[in-house]
Amino acid sequence: MSGLIGKKIGMTSVYNADGQALACTVIETGPCVVTQVRTGDKDGYEAVQLGFGERKEKHTNKPLQGHFKKAGTTPKRKLVEFKEFKTSLELGQTLQVADVFVEGDFVDVVGTSKGKGFQGVVKRHGFGGVGGQTHGQHNRQRHPGSIGACSFPSRVFKGLRMAGRTGGNRVKVQNLRVLRVMPEQNLLVVSGSIPGAKNSFVIIEK
Amino acid sequence: MNDLIKLVEADNAQRRADMPTFRAGDTVNVHVKIREGNKERIQVFQGTVIQRRNPNTNGETFTVRKISNGIGVERIFPVLSPNIDKVEVLRLGKVRRARLFYLRGRQGKAARVKERKAKA
Repeated sequence: MSGLIGKKIGMTSVYNADGQALACTVIETGPCVVTQVRTGDKDGYEAVQLGFGERKEKHTNKPLQGHFKKAGTTPKRKLVEFKEFKTSLELGQTLQVADVFVEGDFVDVVGTSKGKGFQGVVKRHGFGGVGGQTHGQHNRQRHPGSIGACSFPSRVFKGLRMAGRTGGNRVKVQNLRVLRVMPEQNLLVVSGSIPGAKNSFVIIEK
Repeated sequence: MNDLIKLVEADNAQRRADMPTFRAGDTVNVHVKIREGNKERIQVFQGTVIQRRNPNTNGETFTVRKISNGIGVERIFPVLSPNIDKVEVLRLGKVRRARLFYLRGRQGKAARVKERKAKA
């Protein structure tokens, strides 16, 4: 698996060769720096750690400062490990968008979805609601309905879907087509939507 | 809007500049590119513009209505679509609203739109 770390910029639409308008997301990605190379001998698995985004040195603690110094780079905001990167990389190497992605690739994008706070079952789990206002019901349209039987089992089963905190989870969207790679501006345009708010970090995997 | 998104939409500015100005009530000829296999030909759709939606955005569209063989036909075109070869404005219409849905309920003489004189 290869990939890069990026920042979600926002959505727009572009036209393809057939003249169809495609909804797309613009991601600012790269240059990413290799900050650590994990090897089978030393760490027990193969991976590379990439860094993205600038961070002030005074906001970086001493152990991390040393970590970045070893790679010969400035402190980075976000560090992500990629297991079994397709191309072999060296410590301190810089990766641009065009090094990893080409137009027409299919990529997966990982991000943290927008937090929605405490939500009911209709929004949170896609329940249909109780349905209808008739049959004596007047105040429970979006309720979950029954949550179990009576004296047997005399309890509510674990894991039953109920209302609660929604969003803010790690979400992966698979098979998004790369519509455009713009190396000069470090931009990547992928089809469809990706999780998270604008300016949030995302991981793009290929 | 973010400047980086504008870069992605950069080629749209040229398409928008090439588009003539027209509004609801105007009669237009829309030259549409139609691809059949590998061949490409141009088809002309003539009618009255009855609305422009989401103006000055990436997704701006306009709706053209005509009567074809006694049946009302409406087509919606994205303003920035590369499938539109060109748009000719044939006649300017004088109307008092932005969306001419009232034309849908009218036939023949009642469905006419008064002509507007272009400002010199």
